[in-house]
Amino acid sequence: MSRLAAFLAARRNPRAISRGELIAVGILAILVVLVLPFANQQGWISNFAINLWGKYLCYALLAISVDLLWGYTGLLSLGQALFFSLGGYMIGMHLMRMIGDLGQYRQPIPDFLVFLGWTELPTFWKPFSSFPFALAMVLVLPGLLSWVFGYLAFRSRIKGVYFSILTQALTYGAALMFFRNDLLMGGNNGFTDFKFILGFDIREPVTQRGLFVVTAVTLLVVYLLCRWLNGTKFGLVQQAVRDGENRALFSGYATAHFKLFIFIVSALIAAIGGALYVPQVGIINPSEMTPDKSLEAVVWVAVGGRGTLLGPVIGAVGVNALKSWATRAIPDLWILLMGGLFILVVLFLPGGIVSIPGIVRGWFKKKSPASSAPAPAPAAPAPAKT
Amino acid sequence: MGVFAHAQRRAAGAVPERGHQPPPIGFSPPPRRVGPILALSEAPTVSNTARTVLRLSLSVALLILALTSGLARAADSARATIAEATLADSPAKQRDLISSLAGQADEAIPALLEAWRKDSLFLYAAPEGVAVPVQLVGEKDAAEAQAALRIADGQPLLDAAGAPLRLVGADLTAVEHTSALRRAMKAVLDLRDLGSPDLEKRLRAIQVVGFAQDVEKLPILQQRLATETEPRARTTLREAIALIGLKAPTDAEKLAALAELKTLHTLASADLVKAALRDAETTRHPALLEAARGALRAIESHRSTVNFLGTLFRGASLGSILLIVALGLAITFGLMGVINMAHGEMIAVGAYTTYVVQNIFGNGLALSPFGKFTINLPGLGATGWAYQSYFLVALPLSFLAAAAVGVALERGVIRFLYRRPLESLLATWGVSLVLQQLFRFIFGANNVQVSSPAFLSGNWTINDIIFGWNRVFVIGFAGLIVLGVWLVLTRTSLGLLIRAVMQNRAMASCMGVRTSRVNMLTFGLGSGLAGLAGAFLSQIGNVGPSLGQNYIVDCFMTVVVGGVGNIAGTVLSATGIGFADQSLQQILGNPVLGKILVLVAIILFLQWRPAGLFVTRSRSLD
Repeated sequence: MSRLAAFLAARRNPRAISRGELIAVGILAILVVLVLPFANQQGWISNFAINLWGKYLCYALLAISVDLLWGYTGLLSLGQALFFSLGGYMIGMHLMRMIGDLGQYRQPIPDFLVFLGWTELPTFWKPFSSFPFALAMVLVLPGLLSWVFGYLAFRSRIKGVYFSILTQALTYGAALMFFRNDLLMGGNNGFTDFKFILGFDIREPVTQRGLFVVTAVTLLVVYLLCRWLNGTKFGLVQQAVRDGENRALFSGYATAHFKLFIFIVSALIAAIGGALYVPQVGIINPSEMTPDKSLEAVVWVAVGGRGTLLGPVIGAVGVNALKSWATRAIPDLWILLMGGLFILVVLFLPGGIVSIPGIVRGWFKKKSPASSAPAPAPAAPAPAKT
Repeated sequence: MGVFAHAQRRAAGAVPERGHQPPPIGFSPPPRRVGPILALSEAPTVSNTARTVLRLSLSVALLILALTSGLARAADSARATIAEATLADSPAKQRDLISSLAGQADEAIPALLEAWRKDSLFLYAAPEGVAVPVQLVGEKDAAEAQAALRIADGQPLLDAAGAPLRLVGADLTAVEHTSALRRAMKAVLDLRDLGSPDLEKRLRAIQVVGFAQDVEKLPILQQRLATETEPRARTTLREAIALIGLKAPTDAEKLAALAELKTLHTLASADLVKAALRDAETTRHPALLEAARGALRAIESHRSTVNFLGTLFRGASLGSILLIVALGLAITFGLMGVINMAHGEMIAVGAYTTYVVQNIFGNGLALSPFGKFTINLPGLGATGWAYQSYFLVALPLSFLAAAAVGVALERGVIRFLYRRPLESLLATWGVSLVLQQLFRFIFGANNVQVSSPAFLSGNWTINDIIFGWNRVFVIGFAGLIVLGVWLVLTRTSLGLLIRAVMQNRAMASCMGVRTSRVNMLTFGLGSGLAGLAGAFLSQIGNVGPSLGQNYIVDCFMTVVVGGVGNIAGTVLSATGIGFADQSLQQILGNPVLGKILVLVAIILFLQWRPAGLFVTRSRSLD
């Protein structure tokens, strides 16, 4: 098939973690989980920077969820931003309750409800005063939605671009719904002005540092879980579905079930990312769940390198760091830069950043006459088009 | 005939002086009369032709009044009447004189009555011992003096030597006005437009009088009904008379009014009929109650018919827009299997082309892309019909511009990605971002103004249903485009090649078809159709950098529901979605909720028919 498939096929054993990857992940993990928070505590890294990096790590979770579907299963979902925001909204509801009567109107219910003329809390808001309940809902609601939607979509064998278009429509519809005030979820403005989380002041550097550590650990755990999943037989079937769904089907695998399972898992990962994102960023509104945000997450994965687990993390952090810099330095040209980057990566670097070492190695092997064995050419030319 | 000649003479005498009249200061006419007054007072250079036309229309108006109202005074100048009223000795006589102005369309009436109410009419004691009613106008000079105009004829007041006099308001006696007189003036002003030669003005005036439900105005309306010949004005008059009849003292009159409203069943009368129903409920008058309910039922049933037909029309119109917008996508996505996320931007290219063409026909256009250099496009300065026809030029140019961008996109990006459809989706999304940003650089981030040509900007109102010409045009043109595309695909050699490549690329290639060239042309055709859609959308909505984004989701939905690779399916699904969207909006009374329901319905529909309405059968398996 494509260069990418050739590149993936060239990897000798997908189950084994290569030593290089192990070392890279270990160093990154120590850096992110221990060194950065410590440096922040010592004042070497500003609170702003640690907050920004916390945001990037949440985006990395979203990117992993996109990659599980797209890179490993061949399902390009444009609905991951929806699950991400749903997770954020669930935790946001709890944070809104924690404001108590410190809002602008000094009422025991959230400001926007006062503004809409409510005097009492709507029933479905009540249980969100409990943190464990909100945490459960972070998983339950996106899980349920992805289950229902995935069941319907995979049962009728919607695949390929149709799946993308339908998930895009789902996200679009949900965004339209959340923009409405009478959903009682804050409408256009969403939730903001949070004060406390678990009794800690949410704007204190200590709290933010804690949230950062939690995010980093979550990312590490998710990474390891996905790594393990990919090595199992399940992971192999998943990749078989990507490479030739009909063959997997005819070999006796109920591919719809596999796809549904991975769809739900990635929805949950996205939701967890969103739940960690909202307390750190301090705002959630419907513009986070537009199809464009989903596509942006796909960009991170494509740039980082899909079909790998490190790629999405690198892509999410890298593209967003670039974005933070570019939106300040060259605000007008930033979109041109992102669009252009995206076109170039898709056209010329389908394996993303993580494929660069392989490509370079391939060049060396081709050049040295000593290597007699046919190189597992990562940059094998695509078969001639008809 | 004598009356006619008289009226013409009066009008002929009245106009030149009005041309020289300085802007009236010190009163504020009601907003809707500002236009004509300013036009008369601020444009002393009105050409002679225009003045003659004005004079003629004025005299015709006066003639109509003279012939119809049966009031002897109507032939007199309104100015003379007002002058007489200022000199009248009793308030009752003043009131009668002012009331006699009712129904006259003379432009001087509102100005003078306003001036009277604002205390700027005065009695000047002339040296000959007679009192001359004057109006003080213009700027006050150092001595607080203002120019004085004689009310009787509007000419400047002259002294013995023939020079214009300037008077100080404080030295003179202002003409008194009692509250009864002010009421009479207001009544006159309310009724003034009833005799207006302008049909729209007349209709509005009749409605205002009708909705005020003042029983005293009834005779005037009935007089007008006896002479009115225009059918719409007659209906409106009957409605107004019936509405006033609701407040009539006797039950018989009320019943008659309700019966009349029942036959007329105009939508506007619903509120007042409801009020009458409430009155009837409090008085517990069985016959009135029954009649009011009957009238209300008739109005409601008329309303639901109008709503239903209106929804059908709006559905057809939205469906046609969707169809035009999605047809290009049906070709690029449906036939070629390329997900072009930049399809929306092709629409915007068409819309911006229309904008540029419009400006070239008009006064030219200065663009400053990237803020670094400026492109000045000279304008042809066309006016009238030549300018209006810009749209006909813009149509083919929009098609060509978008097709050119499409071909460039296909050659530059998409042709490398035919084997990787998901990645063509991503790359074209990048292209869409870049194009949007380029629009912002070239045309600015704000919406630009595209004015509709006159033949697209009116509407027909048939039986309370509004048919906008642009929407009718869109429906017609959607049909034409579908026909054109069908002809291209089935009757031309290009169409034959396109179909051959779509059905079996390898076989077509073996037979010597240059598939990559066919791909390019097909993509150009699809993009060009998007450009045409953009030219239409510029007539209906705003043209801005994110124009295409508003349609892209709908486009994809339309094509997916219709069945990929099938134009007939796209036509059906576009109309279906259009009707469903509009009916749901009507039923739910909420556009957003309707849209969400349509999306849900589409997802469920695909459960039933996963490949859309029309399935292209094939034995191939991935």
